[in-house]
Amino acid sequence: MALDKPYKNVPGTTIFDAEQSRKGYHLNQFCMSLMKAENRARFKANERAYLDEWPMTEEQKLAVLARDLNRCIALGGNIYFLAKIGATDGKSFQQMAGSMTGMSEEEYRDMMIKGGRDPKWGRN
Amino acid sequence: MARITASVYTSHVPAIGAAIDLGKTGEPYWQPLFKGYEFSKQWMKENTPDVIFLVYNDHATAFSLELIPTFAIGCAAEFKPADEGYGARPVPTVIGHPELASHIAQSVIQDDFDLTIVNKMDVDHGLTVPLSLMCGQPQAWPCPVIPFAVNVVQYPVPSGRRCFQLGQAIRRAVESYDEPLKVQIWGTGGMSHQLQGARAGLINAAWDNRFLDRLIADPADLATMPHLEYVQEAGSEGIELVMWLIARGAMSDVAGSGKAPKVAHRFFHVPASNTAVGHLILENQ
Repeated sequence: MALDKPYKNVPGTTIFDAEQSRKGYHLNQFCMSLMKAENRARFKANERAYLDEWPMTEEQKLAVLARDLNRCIALGGNIYFLAKIGATDGKSFQQMAGSMTGMSEEEYRDMMIKGGRDPKWGRN
Repeated sequence: MARITASVYTSHVPAIGAAIDLGKTGEPYWQPLFKGYEFSKQWMKENTPDVIFLVYNDHATAFSLELIPTFAIGCAAEFKPADEGYGARPVPTVIGHPELASHIAQSVIQDDFDLTIVNKMDVDHGLTVPLSLMCGQPQAWPCPVIPFAVNVVQYPVPSGRRCFQLGQAIRRAVESYDEPLKVQIWGTGGMSHQLQGARAGLINAAWDNRFLDRLIADPADLATMPHLEYVQEAGSEGIELVMWLIARGAMSDVAGSGKAPKVAHRFFHVPASNTAVGHLILENQ
């Protein structure tokens, strides 16, 4: 019997479950490697060469190179792991989160100061 | 006999740690948030426990995808603040309490909660930001801390019900320890926030405040809330709030003869970076 996954229907949201985790294992473990300063330096020096050391799919590598976090998440990435790429780039968590919404950095920051996104967003 | 004197609940937003470390607490953006913790720092000085049992989650720091324990208890003598990619926070090393931690592990496992025992672990902002909020910037933390990490990163995370029952088992464990220690239990994370996807930035202040009301007055009922409601109403990362039920379950009015706890402090603020910040101090009477 299939597992019950009602969280698949929440708009604009990907829940990181075992299925996503399997897809994204090497992508997330690559991100984890960026917690070491020497790996951050090697990645920055030649991103493509560093990514080629990991058994990631080509799609995953291109999504990382493009810093397309939504695509990374669709391909099994988890935000807490992907945040290591942002840290390597010197980005704050707010800049990373905002980059996934289609809003500018300023628009996103203003939305947060005004109380954040309406919880009814995207619902019927 | 050891006993639980109080429980503390607080969000653990990493940007709060950065604001403290970079001396930005007086900036207009941060001032209202830190004002809400002034009482707490004073309270902490007047009510310093012998040990803090600190429930938090690791954010892909100590635990990668190689190993994902649902409940992990830190039994080491010390825990170093982790480098999460920006360099380690300039905060004191966390001193553990291996004797009490091992005692709790043994008691709780024999009580049917299969904990993972961790003897070496760095601790991330999930643990150090609550300490900074409650204790300020001391040379050393005021007492030993037992880190208790809960998986809320890979779904399914433990249910609210399971967390609430675990809190009760932790209380039984503490109360069976011979030394007369005063123990605080802290539940951290939340409140509403979503850090991913087109819905990032979600905040639900009304839901958060109802959560606080129910946590205080009827935690057993709150513990029946399904995961889906957390995700829908409090955002994908709002699920961290299940950890608050561990701390609440350890209070003496739950499954026991104790009176309802005294609400010593309550605070709510939006935003800290992407997140709604909630904070409670409940004292056993």
